[in-house]
Amino acid sequence: MPETLTAPLKTSTGRLLRTEEMVINMGPQHPSTHGVLRLELVVEGEIVVDVIPHIGYLHRCFEKHAEHMTNYQQVIPYCDRMDYLASMNMDWGYALAVEKLLGLQVPERVEYIRVIMGELQRIASHLIALGTYGLDVGAFTPFLFCFRDREGILDLFETTCGARLLYNYIWVGGVSHDLPPGFVEKAKAFCKYFRPNIKELNDLLTYNEIFIKRTANIGVLPADVAIAYGCSGPMLRGSGVNFDLRRDDPYSIYDRFNWEVQVGKGEMGTVGDCWDRYMVRVREMEQSLNIIEQALEQIPTEGDVQSAVPKKIRPPVGDVYVRSESPRGEIGFYIISDGSTSPYRVKARSPAFVNLSVLPEISKGYMIADMIAIVGSVDIVLGEVDR
Amino acid sequence: MEQLLKTIFENDLFVYVLMAVVPLMWVLPYALFAVWLERKVSAHMQDRLGPMRTGGWHGWAQTIADILKLIQKEDIVPKAADRKLHFLAPFVVFIGSYAAFAAIPFSSAYIGSNINIGLFYIIAVSSLVVVGILMAGWSSNNKWSLLGAMRSAAQIVSYEIPTALALLSIVMIAGTLDLQEINHMQTGWFWNWYLFKKFPFVFIAFVIYSVASLAETNRTPFDIPEAESELVAGYHTEYSGMKFALFFLAEYANMFAVSAIGATLFLGGWNSPFGNFMSGPLWGVFWFLSKGMFFVFVQMWLRWTLPRLRVDQLMYVSWKVLTPWAFACILGVGFWTML
Amino acid sequence: MTPQELSEKLKTKFGKAVIEVKINGVLNPYVKVFPAKLKDVAFFLRDDADLQFDYLMCLSGIDYGKGTLGVVYHLFSMSKRHKITVKVEVPVDKPEVPSVTEVWHSANWHEREAYDLVGIVFTGHPDLRRILCPDDYPGHPLRKDFKVPEFYQGMKVPY
Repeated sequence: MPETLTAPLKTSTGRLLRTEEMVINMGPQHPSTHGVLRLELVVEGEIVVDVIPHIGYLHRCFEKHAEHMTNYQQVIPYCDRMDYLASMNMDWGYALAVEKLLGLQVPERVEYIRVIMGELQRIASHLIALGTYGLDVGAFTPFLFCFRDREGILDLFETTCGARLLYNYIWVGGVSHDLPPGFVEKAKAFCKYFRPNIKELNDLLTYNEIFIKRTANIGVLPADVAIAYGCSGPMLRGSGVNFDLRRDDPYSIYDRFNWEVQVGKGEMGTVGDCWDRYMVRVREMEQSLNIIEQALEQIPTEGDVQSAVPKKIRPPVGDVYVRSESPRGEIGFYIISDGSTSPYRVKARSPAFVNLSVLPEISKGYMIADMIAIVGSVDIVLGEVDR
Repeated sequence: MEQLLKTIFENDLFVYVLMAVVPLMWVLPYALFAVWLERKVSAHMQDRLGPMRTGGWHGWAQTIADILKLIQKEDIVPKAADRKLHFLAPFVVFIGSYAAFAAIPFSSAYIGSNINIGLFYIIAVSSLVVVGILMAGWSSNNKWSLLGAMRSAAQIVSYEIPTALALLSIVMIAGTLDLQEINHMQTGWFWNWYLFKKFPFVFIAFVIYSVASLAETNRTPFDIPEAESELVAGYHTEYSGMKFALFFLAEYANMFAVSAIGATLFLGGWNSPFGNFMSGPLWGVFWFLSKGMFFVFVQMWLRWTLPRLRVDQLMYVSWKVLTPWAFACILGVGFWTML
Repeated sequence: MTPQELSEKLKTKFGKAVIEVKINGVLNPYVKVFPAKLKDVAFFLRDDADLQFDYLMCLSGIDYGKGTLGVVYHLFSMSKRHKITVKVEVPVDKPEVPSVTEVWHSANWHEREAYDLVGIVFTGHPDLRRILCPDDYPGHPLRKDFKVPEFYQGMKVPY
């Protein structure tokens, strides 16, 4: 922040002007806090002096629900409702944890289906993140373009499992439905259709001078702070940390595909600014397309997707922490089993919850308008923050 | 026209009222149309259709239905609001925008009031809008409204300077502030328009005016006072029903007012671009309105394309970019006229 | 570094502070330490050149029943790419665990959550308030003996 903005105001005779800080509530009902986040802002004019986030308006106590289910499969719909923009990845994370607890191997075809669904979901989720981010800085049109493209993905999901938002698709040991006939062709067609649209988005928003002015050098998150605060996903990679769970803590079959981890490079400003976080998402969509196209080529044509679904899940006593890469970062499930048919304790480590905790650190000294840009670049989903 | 009407009706007061009401006959249907157009333009730019049902053909009656709805709505005044100011503010804003129409020449035969300082009057009277906006923001007793009003006041006041300076270049060429006179000077083919005179100074002045007029009307990329993703709705957050509609009306009236001034000063106003072809008082109305509407369309186009600037960047653009260039244009035009 | 070497290192450094090390026969190898020594262990885990556990993946508060509460720390090292789980247990009538917010900043909100839902008091935490439940909520929902109150603020709960 320039010196002149923080210097005390004086009259022409040199007398100090009495100024007052103003406390304003941004949210829980506010157009761009992405849900029911409430930020208590202490502002000096337009400059934000302090930020105190208040969460919990959407708290349903997922963990209590999970303990009270009669079996492990029943938890999955609740996972759906955590990050409702990336339900597939939530289900997958939970299924991975229970499968590890059981020592279960899932069939080849199921792995491919999960990767395809997970990556499609990642694109869908990033599209919302990018679109609403455009909306936050005042560009309306990219938002609708993104939703138009997301529609194609939702249609694919709908043909597969009948749901468009909350799928309950990835089960422990398998998936709920096999791919419908013609899915592979449709998905390929979507990839072909979608690739040029990323360029369109770049032309319209990413490299727009005003957009760059609004996001570059704003909300800079240095790599060491990001790690200390446990940030993950695009938030961490935006700060230049080359770390992706799909590659560095491999799960499922991600080691079979040829793709690259994208990191922020500070092209428009400093490494770890809002523009970098935004751009990492754009580039990740391209990488996800690469993965999907390879998976669609390699997927085995035959196979029962439910052959490994256990009739009754009764894991041995023990605990397990399994993490996977959701669009927002590291979704981890810590499950304690007491040997009964329902979990003794489920703790969900949700990425947005942890990413949001760094907000006060990176937003002091910026203006109210920048505050919006920073919150948008963190890409929170309140369903997951509050659980 | 004024003289003609006076001889017909033989009642001065009646004629004045009539003359004052004529622009309203344009502004109201125009606002309805412009809101519909805005929806359609935005929709087609965003790969969708916009309103399609109300009224049948492409949802033409949608805004009429909306206005009917707004009229019926309860007028909510916050408990802690300053009731008098809260009530008065939308009217002040609308009067500020509407008063500008008095000196805008719609055609060679019609101008509300043919005063010889027309341009000066328009610039002066449109500043009244700031007062209304400040009143609205202050009286609402809402921190967001207040922030919006403060931003708006700072913005409109700053942008009036490059606007006025850009227009001054034209005044220097024309040697008059009388808008009807300025129109008459541009008669003939389109190369007689001031836009193409004294190249490139007037052209730069035109660009400066276009940018600054966007800020004057609080449109994207300068819609900072009502930035809906930051300030909810800025100064009109606490308004509902018809008072809100009045703010809306004022915004669209203002859009047309600045477009009309731009069209008059730079694009020959009611003059036909093709010399005597399709010219005359009635064709004049047609040309004037089409030029004005073209600018309105450009404003919409920009709105649905660009993101929003931040408040300090906005000030930067005004004081460090537009104002110096506007001065440069004045100097350039001044030297050229002297030569 | 394998969990085996890791636990050896911890044992030589802290000796009695380490209660239990489980490496074989469990899915998550873990080290259980005394709550009083937790902070020293945490600093050591983060700062030791061979360990460098700079990333706190997850912090969970748990009610084990039978009068014990516990906190589980899942740690990861960004540079060394290895993991460890640290566990502490405290009695339910004096549920005090030293806060590790100083060590890993991400512990801040996790600890507030564990305080809110399980009722573990983190001593030395900079801002120990409830985070998910309302400030005046009675009890800690994730305790096994938690009963949903019939009325909250005069509103009937199971409506």
